[in-house]
Amino acid sequence: MTSAPQPGHHSEVTLRVNGKPHTLRVDHRRVLLDLLREELDLTGSKKGCDHGQCGACTVLVDGRRLNSCLLLAVALDGSEITTVEGLGGDGDEPHPLQRAFLDRDAFQCGYCTPGQLCSALGMLAEAAAGHPSHVTGPTAPSGRPVPLDRSEIRERMSGNLCRCGAYPRIVEAIEDVIP
Amino acid sequence: MNGFGYLRPDSVHEAAEAYAAHPGARFLAGGTNLVDLLKLGVERPSTLIDIGRLPLDSVQELSDGGLRVGATVRNSDLAADPRVRDRYPALSQALLAGASAQLRNAATTGGNLLQRTRCPYFQDLDKPCNKREPGSGCGARDGVHRDHAVLGHSPQCIATHPSDMAVALAALDAQVELYSTAGTRRLPVADFYRLPGEHPERDTWIRPGELITGVRLPAATAGAPSAYRKARDRASYAFALASVAVVLRIQDGVVDQVGIAFGGLAHRPWRARHTELALLGAPATPAAFEGAVALELAHAEPLRDNAYKVPLARNLALDVLNRLAPAPAPA
Repeated sequence: MTSAPQPGHHSEVTLRVNGKPHTLRVDHRRVLLDLLREELDLTGSKKGCDHGQCGACTVLVDGRRLNSCLLLAVALDGSEITTVEGLGGDGDEPHPLQRAFLDRDAFQCGYCTPGQLCSALGMLAEAAAGHPSHVTGPTAPSGRPVPLDRSEIRERMSGNLCRCGAYPRIVEAIEDVIP
Repeated sequence: MNGFGYLRPDSVHEAAEAYAAHPGARFLAGGTNLVDLLKLGVERPSTLIDIGRLPLDSVQELSDGGLRVGATVRNSDLAADPRVRDRYPALSQALLAGASAQLRNAATTGGNLLQRTRCPYFQDLDKPCNKREPGSGCGARDGVHRDHAVLGHSPQCIATHPSDMAVALAALDAQVELYSTAGTRRLPVADFYRLPGEHPERDTWIRPGELITGVRLPAATAGAPSAYRKARDRASYAFALASVAVVLRIQDGVVDQVGIAFGGLAHRPWRARHTELALLGAPATPAAFEGAVALELAHAEPLRDNAYKVPLARNLALDVLNRLAPAPAPA
């Protein structure tokens, strides 16, 4: 971000983040990740590559998992966003998936973990809605929930890199919460 | 990144008018490629025209038995559509072989078609690139070009088109619907892309101000299965080194319908017309497949470090052809 903002380069947007409405005037260049971290003080979502390649910034937008580093905030007006800070709901209790990550020791440095958590929750919803993956067999019936074995989980989570290599434990943690 | 204006028109016509009224504007849909190019400084629009919420997000049955896919249908939704999975499996497989789940949830049909090459020289402002800056030269030709084109490249550009989806659409004889204030037109996906020639800055035959509104798939022929196979450096989430989409119908042991397109080999999805011509009416045997695929790949002109793509593409094509061909009836 080198040049000064110009008139006509800002707009007002309203986002619901973890259930709370925020109306903000945003620079059109602002991506959701930077808005969350720098304007809303929600620093759980992490900046890894900043180019949509690592998944550390994954959040849920209207229930779908997306890379927040590639989303212009201005285009999200009216959206419902859930970040890792919102997974536990109103209480202090962690989400069952967060508990499973702790129980399974599914991280070392933890930097990718918020993205892994949001991505896994999006993934479970996709599979329940019958979305196939690259490894889903051609005979799997369309529109029916897809059973998630380890190869399905690995393929569906391939957009989230873990440079510590905690993948086996991440898969186990996700398996723990599969309904 | 420079500042830019932002508009969210309410109709396709308003979007086309906004483009005409704002020189230097770009259409924004899923943004998975465009926002990245903004960050890299490769794209410097005056204005973004957000078409992501236009009513182009449905898949509709056509009266001729085909499907019309709206331009803003997300890649993940298209791949999961039961009609696509059942009737055009190559398309669903190609979509699912591309990118990550997060990117497929954002990326749109129209944006996927118009994504730019991932040639690292194109993405790096410090490097010469005729596609990004015509006349600046090609850094890849004598540089790092393991991932680059082996077919149809030019002295000016050896970039490949990165889409998996477009390869399947080319083999399936899909058409792109284009809208502008001057009217509408359709182009076959296979003819929508240009070879680089002396103007690699132009990826496609789209005209300035034209907007993709959708893609039309012709009715799938009964008994003509299709499939997509992709080779990449890791098991998931990587661009194709080579890929192939095949539609094949065999009647009485003879090929009576065939569409084959390669990905990762050229500046566009490479429709293998020589192979198709040789196979139509030929017996559906492994030997016939081998000879026909060799005819196409004889046109390859590999560079110093990417000759491996030729046998890779051959093996992919033969695997899919042999898999789609039903085993001959016992004598």
